[in-house]
Amino acid sequence: MRGFATLLERLAFTPARNGKLQLLRHYLEVTPDPDRGYALAALTGDLSLRAVTPSLLRGLVAERVDAQLFALSYDFVGDLAETIALIWDSNRDEDLPLHRAVELLQTTGKAGLPAAIAGVLDRLGPSQRLAFLKLATGNMRVGLSARMARMALAQMGGPGVAAIEEIWHGLTPPYQPVFDWIAGGARPEQAAKAPFRPVMLSTPTDLDQLRALDPADYLAEWKWDGIRVQAINDGGVRRLFSRTGEEISASFPDVIAALNFDGAADGELLVRRGAEVAPFGDLQKRLGRKAVSKAMLASHPAGLRLYDLMIWQGSDLRDLPLSERRAVLEGTDFGSERIDISPRLDFATWDDLAALRADPPDAVIEGVMIKRRDSAYVGGRPRGPWFKWKRDPMVVDAVLLYAQRGHGKRSGFYSDFTFGLWSGDQLLPVGKAYFGFTDEELRELDRFVRNHTTDRFGPVRALEPKLVLEVAFEGVNASSRHKSGLAMRFPRISRIRWDKPAAEADRLETLKAMIG
Amino acid sequence: MRADQILHPTPAGLYCPQGDFHIDPLRPVPRALITHGHGDHARAGHGAVLATRQTLEMMAIRYGDDFAGQRQAAQGAIRIGDVSVSFHPAGHILGSAQIAVTADAGPKIVVSGDYCRTPNPTCAPYEPVPCDIFVTEATFGLPVFRHPDPMAEMARLRASMAEFPERPHLIGAYALGKAQRVIALARAAGIDGPIAIHGAMQRLCDYHVQQGIDLGPLVPATADQVNAQLVIAPPSAFASPWVQRFADPVIGFASGWMAVRARARQRGVELPLVISDHVDWPQVTATIRELAPEEVWITHGTEDGLMRWCEIEGFAARPLRLLGYEDEPE
Repeated sequence: MRGFATLLERLAFTPARNGKLQLLRHYLEVTPDPDRGYALAALTGDLSLRAVTPSLLRGLVAERVDAQLFALSYDFVGDLAETIALIWDSNRDEDLPLHRAVELLQTTGKAGLPAAIAGVLDRLGPSQRLAFLKLATGNMRVGLSARMARMALAQMGGPGVAAIEEIWHGLTPPYQPVFDWIAGGARPEQAAKAPFRPVMLSTPTDLDQLRALDPADYLAEWKWDGIRVQAINDGGVRRLFSRTGEEISASFPDVIAALNFDGAADGELLVRRGAEVAPFGDLQKRLGRKAVSKAMLASHPAGLRLYDLMIWQGSDLRDLPLSERRAVLEGTDFGSERIDISPRLDFATWDDLAALRADPPDAVIEGVMIKRRDSAYVGGRPRGPWFKWKRDPMVVDAVLLYAQRGHGKRSGFYSDFTFGLWSGDQLLPVGKAYFGFTDEELRELDRFVRNHTTDRFGPVRALEPKLVLEVAFEGVNASSRHKSGLAMRFPRISRIRWDKPAAEADRLETLKAMIG
Repeated sequence: MRADQILHPTPAGLYCPQGDFHIDPLRPVPRALITHGHGDHARAGHGAVLATRQTLEMMAIRYGDDFAGQRQAAQGAIRIGDVSVSFHPAGHILGSAQIAVTADAGPKIVVSGDYCRTPNPTCAPYEPVPCDIFVTEATFGLPVFRHPDPMAEMARLRASMAEFPERPHLIGAYALGKAQRVIALARAAGIDGPIAIHGAMQRLCDYHVQQGIDLGPLVPATADQVNAQLVIAPPSAFASPWVQRFADPVIGFASGWMAVRARARQRGVELPLVISDHVDWPQVTATIRELAPEEVWITHGTEDGLMRWCEIEGFAARPLRLLGYEDEPE
């Protein structure tokens, strides 16, 4: 587990995604089975172990350390597992294989657990102690998604990330068949039903690019502002996946119950109240919940608006042209008011479509999708057959308030910017942006930050409220988490308004009026 | 005579009326005894300074030759007024010393200054000095501080340099003591190539080399192109535009505080290296047991933890609550 402990520590301190991927790939390359598979599962939260509670750990440490010294230490360190890992008095540093630690946590009965954990802590050095305690409490927090874990696997060579995602849900830790496959062995047999299949994605476009294409070759439909999902019923096994292959079935029992078909469909997950589609913020309230209350199911009912069919009644439709897949989709009665079909848009020229895009019938539309009629369903983001033509972003003029130093390629530059809007005669922070500017603009912003600092808090500087930034964003939701009561989606800096006085920046009410 | 009549805290620092001197005074005084060269202990502008030769020479490098009216290099027992003082190695940085103060009719007090018992290639090891009153720091005075073997930390540095061979590794280290120790440790760990140093460290590194400490090939980290994968700089340099010359650097920091993740995160550090020039918890408690003084005085740091330990172990202890010394200076 020494290698796993080192990996955890490096991941926790490495902010860049590519750096994390590289660390994980190197670990997977040099670590034997089954430890590397367990490590992968532990990092992505797919390992089910007996839950070790904080109170059990507190009890263990109370037997060994003076209560007052422990309280002072915990107060200083701020994390229970870390405090115990550091304070545990043992000079041994054996290398406990990760699979042994996993077995111990899977098989030890409740009564024997405290003594077993203390015994392990006695044998390990501080870095492995922390890894073991994080494993035991199921709290890794290293910023690694399941998608990134699969990308690291794909970087080891072999089948590629799309192929790995397709079989992933049939596998359980420690994923031995995947490692064998990557090493040149046979593709794992599809053990589980209702597997995830890689989603087809689109590339952005605009009117100039579209004019080079013949509108007669394309279908168009609204781009709904929900979550792209894959809904499957495979011989009674029902699953709902996000477009990156995360299973979200548990959060949406109402949708799962409505999947009374045999196949795999591609569509948008939305919260709908009758005919009305609710804003994205309502859907967000349903996401990430392990259990959904009855009240939430009633107040935020979810449903599907389907775009495409991948598998239907035993046949794989993905190689058929889109026009044929649509014909099957449109000829089907899904028998539920929670499921409908995304309507086609009627247009003859690109200017017709531009007019529709400029005036959508619903606020929860974020543009139009344009798809070649003869396109096969290809996982990934092939260039060309599908386009997204998004609505112009919303913008506000905000005042730069705080700046924070970046990492990696932006080391030494102030590159994370917090901006605010006027509320009365005060500026209230409303969001953060760290892209949208060129390298040259970054240097200018960095110079501005250094010359207009009023206060410093670690890596953060408070600034004279002077510089106006035009911030573009995709929408705004009410949010109790932010002091301003608002949360912007995908904010980025679209222009630096060196010319505009701060007093003329927008007011909070302007942003509030854009909720929807 | 009672110990606190021989040495007691004042706003200017610890004061000895019988000898009319201060130890590590925080403001200019007529006569100062200085344990070591770090800025919060060794300040310019005193009337007379008594310190080790190396501490005096490094003060001259940092503050200029006129840093004090008079200076005297400590050697053997020295009589000052009605007390006798002597200097003993503290193992903290080059030239660092503990100061023993013995009154004619009274107890022997040892002011340890900052001290460390981990072997350090840049300075003489700590020497236990039997005493009645032991004045100790408590920078890392909590049982969570068990500093690892510095060579294990060097192995982590080497692993990161191998993992990201195209990225320069910028390690923050205090310009006096820590920087030279990190370089010497890197050499011991087999890093033989040129190591780049920030301009603020040049003269202190040169001085260490003059004193016979081998630092290997050093190049300045001031050019637009720095041809070294390992770069040592004072932590304050990371907030300045100086960093911008490095493409996608791994930022590290060598400090005992790096043992605590929240501290490392607070600094935006990607590679925390737990390398400390102070006693950790096992060392400070073992030292008190070894010396078994009648009383322990605690100068600065997390004194609550060490006070509690003394209470459990039956050592009489009191905090001096001296203000103005940094936890672990940068």
